[in-house]
Amino acid sequence: MTIEGILYPVASLGGLGLVFGAGLAYASQKFKVDVDPKVTTIRDLLPGANCGGCGVPGCDSFAKLVSSGEAAVDGCPVGGPELAQKLAEVMGVEVTGSTRQVAKVICNGGSDACKEKFIYNGITDCVAANLVSGGSKSCKFGCLGLGTCKNVCPFGAIEMTEDHLAKIIPEKCTGCLKCVEVCPKNVIVMTPFHQEVVITCNSNDSGKLVRQKCSVGCIGCQICVKACPEGAIDFENNLAFINYEKCTNCYICVGKCPTKAIEGKVKKATEETAVS
Amino acid sequence: MSGSSIFIILVSAIFVNNFVLSRFLGICPFLGVSKQVETAMGMGMAVTFVMAMASIITYVAQRFILDKLRIEYMQTIVFILVIASLVQLVEMVIQKTSYSLYQSLGVYLPLITTNCAVLGLTLLNIQNDYNLVELIVHAIGAAIGFTLAIVLFAAIRERMELSDLPVAFKGFPIALITASLMSLAFMGFMGLV
Repeated sequence: MTIEGILYPVASLGGLGLVFGAGLAYASQKFKVDVDPKVTTIRDLLPGANCGGCGVPGCDSFAKLVSSGEAAVDGCPVGGPELAQKLAEVMGVEVTGSTRQVAKVICNGGSDACKEKFIYNGITDCVAANLVSGGSKSCKFGCLGLGTCKNVCPFGAIEMTEDHLAKIIPEKCTGCLKCVEVCPKNVIVMTPFHQEVVITCNSNDSGKLVRQKCSVGCIGCQICVKACPEGAIDFENNLAFINYEKCTNCYICVGKCPTKAIEGKVKKATEETAVS
Repeated sequence: MSGSSIFIILVSAIFVNNFVLSRFLGICPFLGVSKQVETAMGMGMAVTFVMAMASIITYVAQRFILDKLRIEYMQTIVFILVIASLVQLVEMVIQKTSYSLYQSLGVYLPLITTNCAVLGLTLLNIQNDYNLVELIVHAIGAAIGFTLAIVLFAAIRERMELSDLPVAFKGFPIALITASLMSLAFMGFMGLV
């Protein structure tokens, strides 16, 4: 083993590395691409969850669209209004007031309220359970409560209650729609974040059938439709619908509903609503 | 004499010993960048450039550095260094000249660095003792072969997107089957030279 045995490889490899390194350094200057500084700024502000909730794949693409003005500054459902404000500052525009939408499970028929058709012993997954004659619940529109939406939620915004219902925590929900897509019963809908009164029934069955199956379902009595001072409640397919644009969260329908199928965000509601 | 041997090298590199379908080198971009003919073409061009340049530079490095210093065992690492630098250069050039191509090639562009087709080509050049002209022809042949395979494959995959397939075969499964059938088809060139 001579000293050349070490020296030559080291020198040749090092020399080559040096030459190529210098060449690349020169080339990087020569072929420099100017990246819009806005894109980087916006990209740094975004949450980086790459959830696709905005409709484009990944935060990088969204940052590019925002910087070119093709996407709205409030397009990111994860960041919410605060982010929209920051992005608006970067872009030098005003936030146009679109409301944040969060997912909501419109079923209150837990295991104690809604009767079971049979005992389901299969895989703990709503999609699988739904294949077995629509799940074990007697109501074919209700939440199966096996937690498929909870598993799919990337933000931990869904928890399962003791009576086997999915419950979405609005503060954590980013509106990425993953649970809405995965739910085989289509019992998760998007509601405005500040909406307090929601009809928690998804059943299109007639009132008589609903009464037989579930104690908290909408029986189609239309009392809420008549009681609403704003005319914000419509009735269609044996089910009441709240028009969120007209609704003032007055809680009158919540009190009137005979089966308590209309839910206020807070149970002790009435005093607090006067404030908001 | 030399004209015919050059022709033989060219045909052999394109068809008989096609880098993708006969030697099974460079499968990663073959499967990864073959969803659209246009990007496949771009990838083929990028690989062509890297292959041609890498062949020449590695040849020079081999003959004038490694052979002279009798450190042929450093071949692989030196070649990888050359290829990696070239790929960096190509990436910069593509980003500057065609941003849409840069985006559609995505991660596969830096992956040419570790593309075994390029390294395989440079090593084969030395193994077969080609002179400068022959190895350039060999490199171009290999690159044409690669481009041919990936573009044909992309065209088939584009058509397959529209065809009615069993759900289980959609996407990669059918792509892999297609690749194997193409490889079988290219075996028909065996014995040509």
